Amino acid sequence: MSYLALERLTKAYGGVLAVEALDLTVARGEFISLLGPSGCGKTTTLQMIAGFVEPTSGRAMLNGTDLFGVQPNKRGLGVVFQSYALFPHVTVAENVAFGLEMRGVPRAEREQRVKQTLDLVGLSGLADRYPRRMSGGQQQRVALARALVIQPAILLLDEPLSNLDAKLREEMQTELRAIQRSVGTTTILVTHDQGEAMALSDRIVIMNKGRVEQIARPDEAYARPASAFVANFLGKTNTLPAKVVNEGGRHVVDIAGFRLPAPGRSPAGPVTVTVRPERISFVDDSALGVRGRVQSRVFQGTHWLFHIETELGALIVLRQNDGAAVPLEGQDVCLAWGENDLLIEASRGV
Amino acid sequence: MTVNPKLTPLLLSGPALLVFIGLVISPLVMTALLSFYDWGQYKGIVAEFTIKNWHEVIADGYYYEIFGRTLRIALFVTLITVLIGVPEAYILNRMTPRWRGVFLLVVIGPLLISVVARTLGWALLFGSTGLISQALLALGIAREPVDLMFTETGVVIALTHVLVPFMVLAVMAALQRLNPDVENAAMSLGASAFTVWRRVVLPQIVPGILSGSVIVFALAASAFATPAIIGGRRLKVAATLAYDEFLNTLNWPLGAAIAMILLVALVAIIVGSNRLIERRYAQVFE
Amino acid sequence: MRRNGPLALVFHAIFVAFILAPIVVVCAVAFTPEGYLSLPTKGFSLRWFKAILDYPEFLRAFRDSLWLAALSSTIAIGLAVPAALAIARYRFIGREAITALFLSPLMIPHVVLGIAFLRFFSQIGLSGSFLGLVLSHIIVVLPFALRLVLASSYGIDQRIEHAAISLGASSFVTFRRVTLPLIMPGVVSGWVLAFINSFDEVTMTVFIASPSTTTLPVRLFLYIQDNIDPLVSSISASLILMTAVVMIVLDRLFGLDRLFLGSAKS
Ligand SMILES: Nc1ncnc2c1ncn2[C@@H]1O[C@H](COP(=O)(O)OP(=O)(O)OP(=O)(O)O)[C@@H](O)[C@H]1O
Ligand SMILES: [Mg+2]
Repeated sequence: MSYLALERLTKAYGGVLAVEALDLTVARGEFISLLGPSGCGKTTTLQMIAGFVEPTSGRAMLNGTDLFGVQPNKRGLGVVFQSYALFPHVTVAENVAFGLEMRGVPRAEREQRVKQTLDLVGLSGLADRYPRRMSGGQQQRVALARALVIQPAILLLDEPLSNLDAKLREEMQTELRAIQRSVGTTTILVTHDQGEAMALSDRIVIMNKGRVEQIARPDEAYARPASAFVANFLGKTNTLPAKVVNEGGRHVVDIAGFRLPAPGRSPAGPVTVTVRPERISFVDDSALGVRGRVQSRVFQGTHWLFHIETELGALIVLRQNDGAAVPLEGQDVCLAWGENDLLIEASRGV
Repeated sequence: MTVNPKLTPLLLSGPALLVFIGLVISPLVMTALLSFYDWGQYKGIVAEFTIKNWHEVIADGYYYEIFGRTLRIALFVTLITVLIGVPEAYILNRMTPRWRGVFLLVVIGPLLISVVARTLGWALLFGSTGLISQALLALGIAREPVDLMFTETGVVIALTHVLVPFMVLAVMAALQRLNPDVENAAMSLGASAFTVWRRVVLPQIVPGILSGSVIVFALAASAFATPAIIGGRRLKVAATLAYDEFLNTLNWPLGAAIAMILLVALVAIIVGSNRLIERRYAQVFE
Repeated sequence: MRRNGPLALVFHAIFVAFILAPIVVVCAVAFTPEGYLSLPTKGFSLRWFKAILDYPEFLRAFRDSLWLAALSSTIAIGLAVPAALAIARYRFIGREAITALFLSPLMIPHVVLGIAFLRFFSQIGLSGSFLGLVLSHIIVVLPFALRLVLASSYGIDQRIEHAAISLGASSFVTFRRVTLPLIMPGVVSGWVLAFINSFDEVTMTVFIASPSTTTLPVRLFLYIQDNIDPLVSSISASLILMTAVVMIVLDRLFGLDRLFLGSAKS
């Protein structure tokens, strides 16, 4: 049974749909990421769950009760804001103790739980500091501790790591995941960083313009993106216009004259074809592949990145750096891929 | 033309500096000196050093009463502007930008209207036949006509009206520096709207309230036109007292002493409380 | 979720009524058809507005007030712009002291300023002169001009000026073509605030004005001291109306909150 269920959750600002009919179920203890480009409605979704934005329509059921019938201060959710939103006028310990005070937890227990939680996030020495006198990473941990200490039903995180530099962000990601695993709190994370979402989550929700594009495990979404948008968002990819034609009962993809059998239930008509750069291989036999010439070759440590001008247009190709020889710039090459490496999607009418 | 770069700031601020030395410092010094001059009904001002003016102002119960009244009025006005200005600023800050624009015009706009015109309105409302008296009689709150003219209550009400926009402005400025997420954070931790206000918003805007109070207090303690119109000759405050000494009694040295006491007291209060506010809140608010 | 509750709105309504009450009453009484102070319950009349024309001293005071405000705020802004640039741009000995000195008229009670100027002008033979009024008003309005110009000069990225200089502009050309346009909003709003403050000033001016050279607020104040009749109401109502127009124009141009909140920060 699902722990949190969002049913056709919708928010309209004037005529603009910030979130449109979002359906999502979350299991207890699960780590979910809402991933998407800026303005796609991630924060709005989170704020509706937290109760700071009133939904236009839809339901949210938490453990069988209707969340929208409950005041935001009675929902018992832990929220970590992008800006941290620490209380600047009180110390770290008082920040963390605030939620417990609101719940009438007696002083002794309060102090003990604050100390425990500060230990958990690695801030035991800084209990008496004021937030302004702390680094971004430390403030972020205070915000996390403040949300965790009330043992929230769900932890809602809105881009908590986006203000940190790359190295600290990676450290905090590892730590966040470890803390979430050890405490077991159901967590929803908002981010526009696909690496972060894939690294942390059990499942990711990829959103675009207020709509859900795909909900899947990270590896699944990467391997089998539900749309060209998802494929593009989750990593480098090649997108080509093509059409699917029926040839004697069999579906065939025709990419500018280059034909391949179409996988499974491909729609007939104009389509968009995506193929991941690491799925393209160099072949010797020009009869099998697409001919092209290497425009540039960039060494990226663990792999090589090629830009290749082909009959079908410019393609990018990734080759694992396994020590084997790779083509030179200006060299003529032949490219091939299998039919299962293609993702085919009906073109959105343009 | 080349100028030594060290001289540039001096050249730039020089004109204003000369004007201020000539027109602020020397008049004030002359007034300070004047307060130590002798004066007599028939001999006029005599350039002889004496401390009798200062002695008179400090020792005479008559002046004590007036300074006491000035202080009392200023404290009441400050207190009331805090009590009504702070919530109003909070309410304005929560409005949608359109409504906020409209009501800022209403609340702050009167600052641009001549204080004489604004005080005149209160003079019209206050008299025993004025609207306030009539309303109180009609509502049965008062049995007899209520005359607020020439009373301290009247002066306090009118001054509150004149000065409350400053408090609203100071508090608004503090409120706009707050991160709106912080209120949401408090609410998500289980705080009620009132608790959010008391525990999270109020402590953060205290410096704004205090600096607004300093402004209001200073302006109330040195107010002239409003107490002169509402309080009249009967209800003198420090500023109207100095005015009378200068332009009616013509005892300039005594008037100068009163002015100096007002100046020194107010500058001390303003500078002192600003220092205190800065020191107290430096740790929390950089 | 962050809306004002009903209690807050009731409070707000009472507050607004308190703010507007005296202003509305002044305007209402100005339209009375009676010869004495009363609300125009039996119809409106413009007789007291027409009556203003029979008092040329008020018209003269109004004209003098406008001249005084225009002159003093223009001179004040002329002094404030270079001073603000010096304070915002350079680190020099006495910088803080100079800033404090230029802002000090905000802290000195206007009664004290009035007394000091009365003494000073009578010593140097300027008492009762228009020049004296202008000089004293420059002092009281300069802090307002300075603060707004300062706020806009702090905001300038000095690299923009360096870019102009590197492109071959002289320092005067740089000032005229780059710096001045950038601080212009501060200069204009500073001038406006200075003008209004000069026009409304009464406490200091009452000491140094003479019957022949005086301002409208002072004339009005002295008249009210003797008697309150519908004439002062109609004059005040005219002032209020004019101010309201100016206010709305200012709000459109700068945003009233920016004008004031910008100046409320020191
Ligand atoms: N208060 C509001 N009024 C009107 N429109 C709003 C409001 N808040 C958000 N929107 C609009 O709703 C859409 C979704 O906004 P939201 O903040 O949820 O995006 P987001 O996915 O969190 O983006 P980001 O990554 O930039 O934070 C945007 O187009 C935004 O302009
Ligand atoms: Mg967001």
